[in-house]
Amino acid sequence: MRDVVESPVFLMALTLVSYRVGLSVRDASRGHALAQPVLVAIVLTGGTILALDVDATTYADGVQVLSFWLGAATVALAVPLHRQAARLKGFVVPMLVAVPLGVVVSVCSVVLLARWTGAGEELVRTLSPKAATTPVSIQLSETAGGIPSLTAALAICVGILGAVAGPAVLTLARVTDRRARGLALGGVSHGIGASRALAEDETEGAFAGLSMGLTALATSLLLPLLLAVLL
Amino acid sequence: MPGGLVVGLTWLVVCQLVGEVLVHLTDAPLPGPVVGMVVLLLALEVRRRRGHDTDRDPAVRAADGLLRHLQLLFVPAGVGVVAYLGAIRDDAVPIVVAVAGSWVLGIVVIGWTTRLLERGERAA
Repeated sequence: MRDVVESPVFLMALTLVSYRVGLSVRDASRGHALAQPVLVAIVLTGGTILALDVDATTYADGVQVLSFWLGAATVALAVPLHRQAARLKGFVVPMLVAVPLGVVVSVCSVVLLARWTGAGEELVRTLSPKAATTPVSIQLSETAGGIPSLTAALAICVGILGAVAGPAVLTLARVTDRRARGLALGGVSHGIGASRALAEDETEGAFAGLSMGLTALATSLLLPLLLAVLL
Repeated sequence: MPGGLVVGLTWLVVCQLVGEVLVHLTDAPLPGPVVGMVVLLLALEVRRRRGHDTDRDPAVRAADGLLRHLQLLFVPAGVGVVAYLGAIRDDAVPIVVAVAGSWVLGIVVIGWTTRLLERGERAA
């Protein structure tokens, strides 16, 4: 039985069924913000492998085929952007100012808030690249002297935060333009934020994908400078 | 460019590969798939300019299919976080305050700055 529980086919089936349940929960709740399929699927799958005592590495190896397609899905974000290309006109300058400014605010605020609440220097460095898309945040954490695997976990957490709360916070802040909403969501919650943005509106999704790319670039360039000034 | 799902996915993977190669050659501080996204975007713009209906391209159809279930692809990474909950618990206060605070500031600043500048540009 142990062999079955640790086999890729069981772990894939568990993940796919959990995601399917997540979709049903979303539909049943008529799209309640907390009922994000990704969140429901993580809770169900994570809870099950904890209960069955399957270790994280075995799980990750078993579902590698899913993780693999994340790269192609990132490439695929070009398609909504291509459909929205006409809407980029007159938007390039706001975008190139707002996204790097967002990076500066994200990094400075996470560093200062963490220090004020008593975090040690290693934890501060680990937190600093959390807004960048996961593969980039891992690299940046390593060069900044943080703990890369913890940074990756935190990047996933801010992604989920964006998927759950992003649209509501933007509405509360009275940001209604679909392009601005997409930029903001992709800039703080990368691909997972983009997945929610896409579910809301194609324009929003397209700009979230673009913003994710720009944020990765701006964070890579600015993080060493900001950390040198702040720490 | 006829073909189905496999052809479309091939296009996406090849764009990702081109992205990875470009990153490797230039040492750009970007993930390969993000560069691959730009490569695919440029390819689609070129095809549209030549008069193709890009909505019928296999790459576009495959992309639509993948993006419809984008959240599924984040589940493995999210489950990995479950293993970290213990480590996060020790420093829960600074982590939660810093991450949530910074996230709110970031999203609001980007949203408001964009809105402000976009209005300025429309008025000019």
